[in-house]
Amino acid sequence: MAAVGLENATAAARPQRPAIPFLPEVMLAALGIGAFFAFPNDLAFLARILITGLFVLSLSLVLGQAGIPTLGHSASMGTGAYAAGLFAIHVSQDPLAGLLAGGLAGGVIAVVTGALLLRTAHLTFVMLTIAVAQILYEIANQAAWLTGGDNGLSGISVDPILGVFGFDLYSRTSYLYALAVLMVSYFILRTIVDSPFGLTSRGIHSDPERMRALGCNTYRHLLIVFTIGGLFAGLAGALSAQVAQVVGLASLSFGTSGDALVMLIVGGSARLPGALVGTVVFMIVEHVAATVNPYHWLFIIGGLLIVTVLVLPGGLISVVDWVSARMPWRTFGRGARHG
Amino acid sequence: MNMLLSILVDGVSYGMILFIISIGLSITMGLMRVVNMAHGGFAMLGGFMAAAIMAWAGTRFEAALAAASVAVALISVPIERLLVRQVYGRHVLDQALLSIGLIYIIVAGANLLFGASITTLQIPHYLTGWVAIGNHTIPKYRLFVTVAGLIIVALLWVAIERTSFGVRIRAAVDNSAIAQTVGINTSQLYAIAFAVGAALAALGGIIGAQIMPMESTYALKYLVLMLAVVTVGGMGTVTGTFAAALLLGLANTAAIYLVPSMASVAFYIAMFLVLTLRPQGLFGRSL
Repeated sequence: MAAVGLENATAAARPQRPAIPFLPEVMLAALGIGAFFAFPNDLAFLARILITGLFVLSLSLVLGQAGIPTLGHSASMGTGAYAAGLFAIHVSQDPLAGLLAGGLAGGVIAVVTGALLLRTAHLTFVMLTIAVAQILYEIANQAAWLTGGDNGLSGISVDPILGVFGFDLYSRTSYLYALAVLMVSYFILRTIVDSPFGLTSRGIHSDPERMRALGCNTYRHLLIVFTIGGLFAGLAGALSAQVAQVVGLASLSFGTSGDALVMLIVGGSARLPGALVGTVVFMIVEHVAATVNPYHWLFIIGGLLIVTVLVLPGGLISVVDWVSARMPWRTFGRGARHG
Repeated sequence: MNMLLSILVDGVSYGMILFIISIGLSITMGLMRVVNMAHGGFAMLGGFMAAAIMAWAGTRFEAALAAASVAVALISVPIERLLVRQVYGRHVLDQALLSIGLIYIIVAGANLLFGASITTLQIPHYLTGWVAIGNHTIPKYRLFVTVAGLIIVALLWVAIERTSFGVRIRAAVDNSAIAQTVGINTSQLYAIAFAVGAALAALGGIIGAQIMPMESTYALKYLVLMLAVVTVGGMGTVTGTFAAALLLGLANTAAIYLVPSMASVAFYIAMFLVLTLRPQGLFGRSL
């Protein structure tokens, strides 16, 4: 993992701008719109993939870039989801304002808990992130008057986006809405990762001692990364609340954090696209396998994890990189190394 | 008064089970610096194997207990040699993910063989019923679990503090590189410690099956619980793990009796408080 980080660091030291600006986002849009026309009957499921993709992307920033080993990332996502749901019910039905509310809530949870938790390290940190998410889960479960408890928070309805695009039964609007939010978020996250700020994050990931010796306030830096990650996780939660029109306790559960981690590792955590590759592969395989037998699905995912850790530490994205580096047109995708 | 006694009896026996299951995890973490999330899988393997032995071979509980524990120890050796050893010295995340992958496979396997419902482990007749102590009666089973826990903690204490094997273990926990240079075969030590830890987990899983029932998701369900005991106690210490297991067992049981709806919150809050005040755990050395 350290070797990958180092390679990234040297690549970023010599910035290679993409030949085409917004190339990754354009590719994302092309794939997304292609899927829109190819699978018109599965748009609800595809929208779920996009939302989960955004969540895993936020984890990629926190864990893949800065190396913060959180197993309670669902705390931000769930808080964002409940915040957006409550916002739509009690304050305003404007979807964009709801997104903002969810993102802010996720960020606030991250900054408050991160300030305390990031003073610890290793397994203690991992356990504390689990504890935070579980405590929030129980609070949401107990405060049924506010959150609906076990039954979930229902009755969420939002106005048409920008007053024009109303949500329809076939999830067309939700899908394109999720795609647009994902694209904008991807652009922001990619800019962060490619910036000196992102380089510092990878530096802390590779060697925190040395970064401290260089005069970097690693605690403050990690807290900022953790907060940005929480913000985007909250955004993903808000998106899911608006699209599904219901928020369940599962959005705060340990399983949600664990699944996201598996998707990230299988896809590859060193670069942002790995998060999306992992999400798409995981969710499609799960969708197919779970209809056969949910337990047999665990054989596949368990085997996938072991193989990834032992044989393919860079995840599936490293296979893509390996192949594309040997293609005649390899100069084409080069600028997008981090993004 | 009666409720206080009930909390004490249930909490202590619950803590003992947590201790027996988690101590192997604590030792391997202190010794190999490896996070083996699949440790609960050994407890689960033990429980299912004992149930299978009793059902198919018709042996007594005690024989099944011994056979299953030994079998789990034997199974754990190739797992350590072939899989877990690959991630020694790697990032904590790699270790966690490899062992989570292992859990998924164990869970899926248990489901395939035993189904998704609870598999009951029949305890012998002489452990059912009640025993009178003074004016109070307490369940024989809870007493048995508590005594078993005390015997194991005493045996472990003697083995680690008073034998030459224990000296080598402690040396390797303190500094494995130096232990190796003075001629301690750490690789062999790791395998033995791993196997003993696995056998103890199996033992705990079997005798604790009345408190933590055997089902195919066992290894996942109690994962956070075991990790909490180890981190709160401070990894690699027998006394720390013992104290943490009792503390968390009592906190959880007291909450179940007093404020049932907040029981799991109480557990996590207890863990949260200890870890924020003492990140290295109750008895752990500073990290």
